[in-house]
Amino acid sequence: MSRKLLLEHINVPGIHTLDVYRQKGGYRSVEKALKTLTPDEVVEEVKKSGLRGRGGAGFPTGMKWSFLAKPDGVARYLVCNADESEPGTFKDRYLMTHIPHALIEGMIVSSFALGAKTSFIYVRGEMMPQIRILERAIAEAKNAGFLGKNILGSGYDLELYVQPGGGAYICGEETALLESLEGKRGNPRIKPPFPAIAGLYGCPTVVNNVESIAAVVPIINDGGDEYAKVGIGRSTGTKLISASGNLVRPGVYEIELGLPVEEFIYSDEWCGGIANGKRLKATVAGGSSVPVLPANLSLKLANGEPRLMSYESLSEGGFATGTMMGSGGFIAFDEDQCMVRNTWNFSRFYHHESCGQCSPCREGTGWMEKVLHRIEYGHGKMSDIDLLVDVAKKIEGNTICPLGDAAAWPVASAIRHFRDEFEWHVKNPQLSLDTNYGLANYAEPIAKAVSTEN
Amino acid sequence: MLKVEEQQPVQFSSALVEKFEEIVKRYPEGKQKSALLPILHEVQAELGWLSPNAMDKVAEYLRIAPIEVYEVASFYSMYFLKPQGKYVLEVCRTGPCCLVGAEKLMGHIEKSLGVKENEVTPDGLFSWRGVECLAACGYGPVLQIGPEYTFYENLNEQKVDDLIQDLRKK
Repeated sequence: MSRKLLLEHINVPGIHTLDVYRQKGGYRSVEKALKTLTPDEVVEEVKKSGLRGRGGAGFPTGMKWSFLAKPDGVARYLVCNADESEPGTFKDRYLMTHIPHALIEGMIVSSFALGAKTSFIYVRGEMMPQIRILERAIAEAKNAGFLGKNILGSGYDLELYVQPGGGAYICGEETALLESLEGKRGNPRIKPPFPAIAGLYGCPTVVNNVESIAAVVPIINDGGDEYAKVGIGRSTGTKLISASGNLVRPGVYEIELGLPVEEFIYSDEWCGGIANGKRLKATVAGGSSVPVLPANLSLKLANGEPRLMSYESLSEGGFATGTMMGSGGFIAFDEDQCMVRNTWNFSRFYHHESCGQCSPCREGTGWMEKVLHRIEYGHGKMSDIDLLVDVAKKIEGNTICPLGDAAAWPVASAIRHFRDEFEWHVKNPQLSLDTNYGLANYAEPIAKAVSTEN
Repeated sequence: MLKVEEQQPVQFSSALVEKFEEIVKRYPEGKQKSALLPILHEVQAELGWLSPNAMDKVAEYLRIAPIEVYEVASFYSMYFLKPQGKYVLEVCRTGPCCLVGAEKLMGHIEKSLGVKENEVTPDGLFSWRGVECLAACGYGPVLQIGPEYTFYENLNEQKVDDLIQDLRKK
């Protein structure tokens, strides 16, 4: 049985309430931090834990905290990024739904460490039920003296608010999130200055993912050194993996980092194998933005060793034979799935979600979507495949925020590993047409329109 | 129809204005524009959509220019800038949900309701649209219905038919 640090009590009835949460040891880290540690000591424990940001970038959390500017007389903010919208990723929604106090407890300890007197949890607007759950939990915590003035007699004050988003994937990018929190369109800011220097309202700000903040609780309870003993190498601790696609048991799992990918997919403790007795064709390990891998490279490294669920093992071989941990959004594709159709679907997502600020992303994502669409619907040309690679290359690295990269990588990697499937679609246009699913105006007219463009 | 609705004056209820005041208190002095997104959600929940008149009233309340409200309302996908059906069925159409049948389900909804995406049924009860990832990929296909954004998970054609029937009876 794998060790659980975040979801140990997830199945306890009533764990979403303060009383039951406290019976299971909840809010010990707040007592410990506020009564026995200084803010710098809390930061030190998080550094020792080796915790890496769980939202996708994997940057060391303690180091990010230590960059925070602390000028006198200027407010500092902690903002939790709960704008979970990456296709394949639904772990934060699960955590907030079932064990909201784990996030609130983490917010209090983290805010104390950073010297924030007001903190926000920015939740994607579609998660209205989760927003209500968090608001109820915050009210409970405040009534019990864990929020508000002079928390537990420590002299530390903190107000915590939930902010709903408006439905825009780009607001998961930290500077776009801050713009949105200021009541504007979610256009990413040019960095520098980084939020640690000039973030919310121009004040020093840290933005962390839900899972990163929740992980601060076990780190303070047991100490950073203990946390660092879990996991493998520089991938310390546990990770929430949201598994979807053609699996027997999709869902959210907490794994110790270092678990072999093969075990995660096929073991009865985890996903239980591929649904309907099919074979695995491909995986996306860390949310739709990371490169897709064919089955053989999903399970084994290029040298034949087992691939592990860790930051290092998943990225082994660079993008030629590897991928990324990302947000832990694990998608499995069975042998019947069409990689062209899937790549088109992801491309449409990034086109739809591009904020439109940078030309390569605004225009490039649209072109990729259109070209993929015409290949999928039987209007493609062989030269379209290299055209896609070319457009992807011209987006990557040429935008203010990483959405451009996120749009380019799925296309480039799908062609790298499944080029024959793209060629098959071009060579067999009549066979590509049977995937219209009876949607009269959904897709086919667009294909006809673009097929005449050049 | 849109023009007629646009011309109707908008009066926010006192309960709604109380909610506005509660929201504005969260932010530092002078940063009341931060309340814009939450306030637009509240207005839409009460009125069903964001008419130009309603947005102008929000601008007036927050002491910002109307264009600052329009540009925000048109950027985010959750805000409706024209009248919708009483129930808006929003089906996730992104990769993981499509792997387990979301596109077929959208075809079924189109057939069942007899209207195309983003159109309203003649009785004014329903409209539907495909939306991007709803962060429930392991339980797909999924759809949500505002203003509470209730989720319906692991859907199939029968479950959607039952849901539509239940909503008709409400």
